[in-house]
Amino acid sequence: MTETAFYIFAVLAVLGAAMCVLQRTPVAALMWLVETMFALAAIFLLLGAEFIAAIQVLVYAGAILVLFLFIIMLLNLGHTRSDLRGASAVTATLVTVGLLAAELWALWAYTPARLEAEVRGAARLAGAEAVRTAAAERGVVGAIAAPLFETYLVPFEITSVLLLAAIVGAVVLAKRRT
Amino acid sequence: MLLGPALGLSAMLFSIGVAGVLLRRNAIVLFMCVELMLNAVNLAFIALAQLHGVSGHIVVFFVMTVAAAEAAVGLAIIITVFRHNQSIDLQNINLLHG
Repeated sequence: MTETAFYIFAVLAVLGAAMCVLQRTPVAALMWLVETMFALAAIFLLLGAEFIAAIQVLVYAGAILVLFLFIIMLLNLGHTRSDLRGASAVTATLVTVGLLAAELWALWAYTPARLEAEVRGAARLAGAEAVRTAAAERGVVGAIAAPLFETYLVPFEITSVLLLAAIVGAVVLAKRRT
Repeated sequence: MLLGPALGLSAMLFSIGVAGVLLRRNAIVLFMCVELMLNAVNLAFIALAQLHGVSGHIVVFFVMTVAAAEAAVGLAIIITVFRHNQSIDLQNINLLHG
């Protein structure tokens, strides 16, 4: 059951990604990207990451991609002619992506047992049960929040500084000079 | 568990994102392909978090924050470039071409 659902959403995600690259108009490409994001959120849910799935829908599909849509509407880029690069670039793309996909395809062969055998000697893998017990103890959000505010407190605070810098940078860049 | 299929899907999405970055000349579509690549990496983190505990989820959280910051600054740059030469076609952006 889980596997069937996974493969359905995987096909949807790949279809959306391919259409996003191939669509001529930016708005259509964006809509396909939104579809990919939703399919990925469903896959996150199937992989046991409920909180991340919710964040994926709220932040990615809800905020970042709407920001893209605003910019497309603001700059009036609704209908442009095809912007695919020339034949040499297509060849270069095919070679690069083919090589990359061939290399990354080896990942398909990974199973938990093989991964565990490869990292043996390091700390024992925590396992899905650890995630599940943490979620059962503190709830889905609490399981993420506890390490976020204990182990990863410093990166979390640095992230807030990063966001502040991004806000200031965006305002300074986009402000019309008078 | 679905570790291998999830990593394979992540690889496919990343490759499609790379293809988009190499193929398109529209700066906004290029940014969207970068977001696609970030999401592919997020998927790999989530898949491996099944084995390593919630640390993977927290890394995804940070990646999403960085992606939001990157989108905000990048789109501001696109607006500035558009004001400068009325186009976001990357072929017209050649001030540093020498």
